Amino acid sequence: MAALINVPAKARRGDVIEIRTLTSHIMETGFRHTADGKLVPRDIITSFTCRYNGTEIFRADLFPAIAANPYLSFFAVAKESGRFEFEWIGDNGYSSTASASITVE
Amino acid sequence: MPTTRRQFLSLAGGVTAAGTIPIVTLRPLRATPAMLNTAIRNVVGEAPIRTGKVKVDIPPLVENGNTVPMTVTVASPMTADDHVKSIHVFNEKNPQPNIANFYLGPSSGRAQVATRIRLADTQKVVAIARLSDDTFWQVAVDVVVTLAACTEEMN
Repeated sequence: MAALINVPAKARRGDVIEIRTLTSHIMETGFRHTADGKLVPRDIITSFTCRYNGTEIFRADLFPAIAANPYLSFFAVAKESGRFEFEWIGDNGYSSTASASITVE
Repeated sequence: MPTTRRQFLSLAGGVTAAGTIPIVTLRPLRATPAMLNTAIRNVVGEAPIRTGKVKVDIPPLVENGNTVPMTVTVASPMTADDHVKSIHVFNEKNPQPNIANFYLGPSSGRAQVATRIRLADTQKVVAIARLSDDTFWQVAVDVVVTLAACTEEMN
């Protein structure tokens, strides 16, 4: 699935950088009904993880109270050049990944 | 004996009551303050929760509860000795009390997280931070919502 990742391409060593992620997902709450009264089953992303050169630096548990197309912004210390890897896991076996690289001087 | 109008009405009323009560108890439409407290205690345990250090930026008046921008900031130097371990966000009146849990650490550099949430009603949003010394700090914010989210019908 499509994901938008915003990580600065370059940073100085020790800088605190902002990472923003947006992924497309319906985030169906499981509390809504169709016009004929049937409950729409829950279909949400339950977990998000960010790894920086293999080390987990940020993780989130998401609930139905997160809006559709989950947006997350968080911070990280730029320690070394490398890769940020992002992973979204959800109901019905949903899994999606993305990555971004950074050059640290 | 022919059924009188009074008997018929009391019977009909009884059937209606019996029919509606189980539906209401099976699926509460909204979390209650008791559910909020239970959800908080599931995370915090018996530890005391102090007020302060945590700040929630959220519009005080929300027109559309389907997507409400929210930023949680914790006053912390984010060093190896003194940092925020996790941030937990709860609500009072959505169908369930949890909004999100965020896990961070000294490599985060800054204890700030932003996302977009759903709010089903005018209510209180509570954010709790767990610091590296395992103390808990909280803040509660009141939000007025004019268009509710989560439970509306699908078209």
